[in-house]
Amino acid sequence: MPASVHSQEPQEADQSMIDAEPEVDPIMLEEKRVVVLPGSSETSASFQFENEGHTMGNALRYAIMKNPAVEFCGYTIPHPSDPKMHLRIQTTELTRRFIDTTTALEALEKGFSDLMDLCDVVTEKFTDARDQFNEENSNRMQS
Amino acid sequence: MAPLVASQEELQRRRIIDINAETVTNIPSTDFPGHWPGESHAWALDQFKENFKVDYHRNDPHEASFSLIGLDAAVANAFRRILMAEIPTLAIEYVFVHNNTSVIQDEVLAQRLGLIPLKGSVDGINWMRWYRKPAEDEEPSEDDGPSDFNTVVMHLAVECTKNTNAHPDEEDPRKLYNHAHVYAKDISFTPVGRQDQYFVGDGAIQPVNPDILIAKMRPGQKIDMELHCIKGIGADHAKFSPVATASYRLMPDINILRPIIGDDAKKFAKCFPKGVIALEPVTSAEASRKDSGYEGHAGEQKAVVRDAFNDTVSRECLRHEEFQGKVKLGRIRDHFIFNVESTGQFESDTLFLESVKVLKLKCARWKRGLNDLMA
Repeated sequence: MPASVHSQEPQEADQSMIDAEPEVDPIMLEEKRVVVLPGSSETSASFQFENEGHTMGNALRYAIMKNPAVEFCGYTIPHPSDPKMHLRIQTTELTRRFIDTTTALEALEKGFSDLMDLCDVVTEKFTDARDQFNEENSNRMQS
Repeated sequence: MAPLVASQEELQRRRIIDINAETVTNIPSTDFPGHWPGESHAWALDQFKENFKVDYHRNDPHEASFSLIGLDAAVANAFRRILMAEIPTLAIEYVFVHNNTSVIQDEVLAQRLGLIPLKGSVDGINWMRWYRKPAEDEEPSEDDGPSDFNTVVMHLAVECTKNTNAHPDEEDPRKLYNHAHVYAKDISFTPVGRQDQYFVGDGAIQPVNPDILIAKMRPGQKIDMELHCIKGIGADHAKFSPVATASYRLMPDINILRPIIGDDAKKFAKCFPKGVIALEPVTSAEASRKDSGYEGHAGEQKAVVRDAFNDTVSRECLRHEEFQGKVKLGRIRDHFIFNVESTGQFESDTLFLESVKVLKLKCARWKRGLNDLMA
């Protein structure tokens, strides 16, 4: 942070003008932090993810909405210059015949797991398709 | 009660995003539990595995094109966004100017240098780790600062001189002087520590394109700089983005509802890019079928969809009176045609695999972070 050019003394009236804290490393060396926002219950909660945006937000929303026990799931970035993402999950409270009761946290965890499983399938299928394409192409070039 | 399964036609209808003359309809995906009464739509990995398909169209180091079929836009978009902003690459970050008497200012020159795409041994680049920028108020510790595993050092040292061998009438400054133009190829790599095990021979760190013009000089001017390259991500600065573009489009869908015959067919084909619509003669079998619209047109040309892949979905055909109600345009909701253009540091196909890996890694990290909440 460059030092103030005007004065070395901290000015009381100018408190808000202090340079912002340096950004958290964009490269995520530390473990990430999730916060549960106030006003949550077992089955309905809002989570706050730091340094996360539409990339994770929307993909996670999709994975969680695929869970039958989830009644509502949505994400928002409350302010564009605040690197925070909020995710709201509400699960069904009553135990129904075909649905197990799930807490919001369990639904979130399942969302991550499902998304990771999806990534594995994509990697596997993509590698297969590419290898097959490369093989066919090298054959065509030789003949 | 087993969950209902929608009919094949119904599923096909849901797969299409309708493109009308003035509007686009049927946009949001509806494959979620609770949307269609009685149907399941719950996440099922084996079902996804069965339906998901990859088609490869092109695979060059600098450009790859492939289709991902059976994916939701949320996930496809995550891959695209990660490709552009979250895959780590190597780029020039710190420039130490020892001497610069050229007309281009230090900071402008440094900015230009940063944007030059670099290449080198992929193993070496993967071996390298992040350079930790120490915070301002922090005492620099032993572990911080440049090391062989986080910084690549390069030098740019050129001096412009008169070319004494030049013809007296020569007017081209490139022949009249030595080093009148400074190019990316003038940047030289200096291996440090263990780097000479990785970045050897063709694997040396070098600009992808040797002919990028960096500065112009005249005799007596000199540039002498030390360049430090570190790893970073596109979200921090565009120079760290590993792709020139990474984009997808949805597969176009053209549905000819009623026959388009004769001169109309020719006009119809002209509404589309070449190769999308083909003309075929009406067979006698078709002409003899009642209410087919082909009666008495045997041997005439009819329009058929040959390859919707190349269509631009310009909607030109919807502007003409004669095609009203005869054609339906759309896009297939879950067919993403990706185009990934690498800047040269990594191959385009590995970049996509890398993006999938990053998404998985992010999920794993966040999931581990949830343990704090459980306690």
